[in-house]
Amino acid sequence: MVRIIDRRFDSKNKSAVNRQRFLRRFRKQIRRAVGEAIAGRSIRDLDHGEKISIPARDLNEPQFDHGRGGIWEKVFAGNDQFKAGDSIARRPPSDGGGGSGGGQASNEGEGEDDFAFQLSREEFLDVFFEDLALPNLVRTQLARITDFKSQRAGFSTDGSPSNINIVRSMRSALGRRLALGSPFSSRLRDLQAELEEKTATLGEDHDEVRALREEIARVRAKIEAIPFIDSFDLRYNNRIVVPKPITQAVMFCLMDVSGSMDEQKKATAKRFFMLLYLFLTRNYEHIDVVFIRHHTKAREVDEEDFFHSRESGGTVVSSALTMMRDIIHERYAGGGWNIYGAQASDGDNWDNDSPVCRELLGEHILPWCRHFAYIEITPGEPQNLWREYEKLLPAHPNFAMQNIEDPSQIYPVFRELFRKTVV
Amino acid sequence: MNQVESTPRALPETSEWSFEAIDRYHEEIARVANRYGLDTYPVQIELITSEQMMDAYASVGMPVNYHHWSFGKHFLATERGYRRGQMGLAYEIVINSNPCIAYLMEENTLTMQALVIAHAAYGHNSFFKGNYLFQQWTNADAIIDYLLFARNYIASCEERYGEEAVELLLDSCHALMNLGVDRYRRPQKLSLAKEKMRQREREEYLQSQVNELWRTLPHHEHRHDRDAQTRFPSEPEENLLYFIEKHAPLLEPWQREIVRIVRKVAQYFFPQRQTQVMNEGWATFWHYTIINTLYDESLLSDSFMLEFLQHHTNVVYQPPYNARWYSGINPYALGFAMWQDIKRICEAPTDEDRYWFPDIAGTDWQDTFDFAMRSFKDESFIAQYLSPKLMREFGFFSVIDDETMPKLGVTAIHDESGYRKIRETLSEQYNLASREPNIQVWNVDLRGDRSITLRHQPYRGRPLAESSNEVMKHFARLWGFTVRLERFDDDGSSELLLETRIEKRRADT
Repeated sequence: MVRIIDRRFDSKNKSAVNRQRFLRRFRKQIRRAVGEAIAGRSIRDLDHGEKISIPARDLNEPQFDHGRGGIWEKVFAGNDQFKAGDSIARRPPSDGGGGSGGGQASNEGEGEDDFAFQLSREEFLDVFFEDLALPNLVRTQLARITDFKSQRAGFSTDGSPSNINIVRSMRSALGRRLALGSPFSSRLRDLQAELEEKTATLGEDHDEVRALREEIARVRAKIEAIPFIDSFDLRYNNRIVVPKPITQAVMFCLMDVSGSMDEQKKATAKRFFMLLYLFLTRNYEHIDVVFIRHHTKAREVDEEDFFHSRESGGTVVSSALTMMRDIIHERYAGGGWNIYGAQASDGDNWDNDSPVCRELLGEHILPWCRHFAYIEITPGEPQNLWREYEKLLPAHPNFAMQNIEDPSQIYPVFRELFRKTVV
Repeated sequence: MNQVESTPRALPETSEWSFEAIDRYHEEIARVANRYGLDTYPVQIELITSEQMMDAYASVGMPVNYHHWSFGKHFLATERGYRRGQMGLAYEIVINSNPCIAYLMEENTLTMQALVIAHAAYGHNSFFKGNYLFQQWTNADAIIDYLLFARNYIASCEERYGEEAVELLLDSCHALMNLGVDRYRRPQKLSLAKEKMRQREREEYLQSQVNELWRTLPHHEHRHDRDAQTRFPSEPEENLLYFIEKHAPLLEPWQREIVRIVRKVAQYFFPQRQTQVMNEGWATFWHYTIINTLYDESLLSDSFMLEFLQHHTNVVYQPPYNARWYSGINPYALGFAMWQDIKRICEAPTDEDRYWFPDIAGTDWQDTFDFAMRSFKDESFIAQYLSPKLMREFGFFSVIDDETMPKLGVTAIHDESGYRKIRETLSEQYNLASREPNIQVWNVDLRGDRSITLRHQPYRGRPLAESSNEVMKHFARLWGFTVRLERFDDDGSSELLLETRIEKRRADT
């Protein structure tokens, strides 16, 4: 008597606990890998998992084992040339096989590889948030995708049969048939012309005519043998699922790129921008991002330039603020936009410029903004810009500033922002 | 449809499986297996998804197991390989339990399911039930219960003492797992009820024993001075985990219990590690024989047979040594060939066979099979039954790699003068005692600093791998005091190899 049990619908993730244990144990390495991944990502690009690799050496499970050396005698299969007493040159140890203790060599070789695996979106965000020291409530809110809608996204070469796009599939089948058949078709035309000519001159029963007819039949068969439709002709309607937030917003990223902003500071600034962006994606359907970098002059750039090029020289912060003001007036003044600003700097500004900045921000920018956050990334005393900005705080609840040294101190500048939406 | 009516017993020949179809196949396979006299545990077939298969992989094939990060690591590695298409999942996982559980993967075709039923549910199953190693070292009735007990016990320890403490302990135990098996004693039978009942009792008893060992009251010293040279343990102990469980001075009772759990699990897998060639060969032989018998009875269609043969030949392919994908001797190929060969020697022996195997040539093959399956492990099975004919077919040759020589040497090939040498070398290759380093507990400095000395007796001059240093740290964590590892050479001299010092009274607890 046999028992057949269908376990397919039993709990799937028996190993989930073990996976969590694994992630927790290698938290340090994973955080480092996530940090590297963030450096390589666009700030708009936080919502998917990441392939992480950590050095295999770190997750070794040691055992007492034989090492190389001593005497190894092994049997191999497939002798094609050896006689007893032959001697064979050793292979260099790197290629593993040969005679020198087989398995051993490959074990050691593996030790150097990286152990790569896929972090899910949730796990990735979790590590990201941990760096930023976000409160749990905010984490949940940010990680949650509230609403989805599915929208068309062109055509793809794979999908489920119900999504086959017949017109597209037939069109590509036709194209393929034409392409594959064209050498035969032209040959067929030539042959038929020749046949007509020969029939006229030599008559129906001549050998050459008969040979021609056979040839024509052969070519026809070839054309017919081309499949009418083939699996790679198939095209499917592609639909993707996108989160469905409410309206639109624009985010201004302002960053000082003068010589004193080193890579470390830029990496911190990047996380600051990412966090704001992530917040906006949860609340707005469409988000424009404007990158403005400045030293003594401001320029609007793309993201690549924003984070990766470096210039030296003095610093005039007001140049960037002026530019932001102008852009707001030009493109986003219609009232349909929620405007967010994020400014990162090391606080170093040309002395006479700081009062100008305060005025610009207070008079021309903050009134338009839903929220404006300023971070000063410096280990030392606040600079003059900080002191000027401080004066804006009482009058403008939508303005927040923070002096920080590492990413875990970023959150306070957004506290107000998140509090409103979380409740 | 007409065909089905003409042979009413013919089995379904679709490639999609269904529960009815599996049931029908199983019925016929069981009938044939029974006719060949295979003695098996009752069969339990479980249909699972590929994801569940990976789960099962990750927890060393067992349906329940305790939690540990290393299983998570194996899962990730398996998943990565599978997703990238680098490796298929094994066709089957079968559990040595009563009833014998065989997993069928939902993605497989009906042909594959039939193959797996014959291979796992009748081949492996009968081997588990019959082979002396499994009979001696495992207890199919209790293993699932025991693992359940282990998982719950470890989970409760995690709650009480913290996940981290338990994890560190398990790490250390896993490092010693391979040297945590008894090779010559029979372990007691386990059952859930008994285990639970006796666990508390054992805790108290063990603890009292340990305390006794470490008593250092002054009046003892006079007595001990006389025999200061006696070692403890008096005989070297090869089961390192057993020694730790019984004698490590600083372990808490729950820690001893966890050491014991790891030791028991290692013991359970001990026979499997020693019977790979035999066991896989046996199962392969039986799926081949059973399916062919069904075909001869015209129950199977030709298309079924073609698919079956394709899988079968893939499994038993032995690439030559110079192929890029050569990775040692394929245990399926060698095992299958040996069982087929034994059958041939029984049924149609040549003069050579009569000379080499006078006791089985021309006997009834089923009796010979039964005896061979029950009484051997890989090492002795090869030493007993590897025939010259097979050595020629496989083109076996043995190569010696001596670090003191500039070149490798071919010591024997498949010819008259080399048969015995090759058979001996191959058999030795499957000898667990030579595959793993021989390390035993030699002495504990009872009246001194409580340091423990392990002895490594090198086999053919092979040194220990570099990872040994890490393992020593694990050993020290369990022992709680300084650990030394000596090399004990054949000439009786010994030399200190590694030392892990622990000065604190209590480390890592």
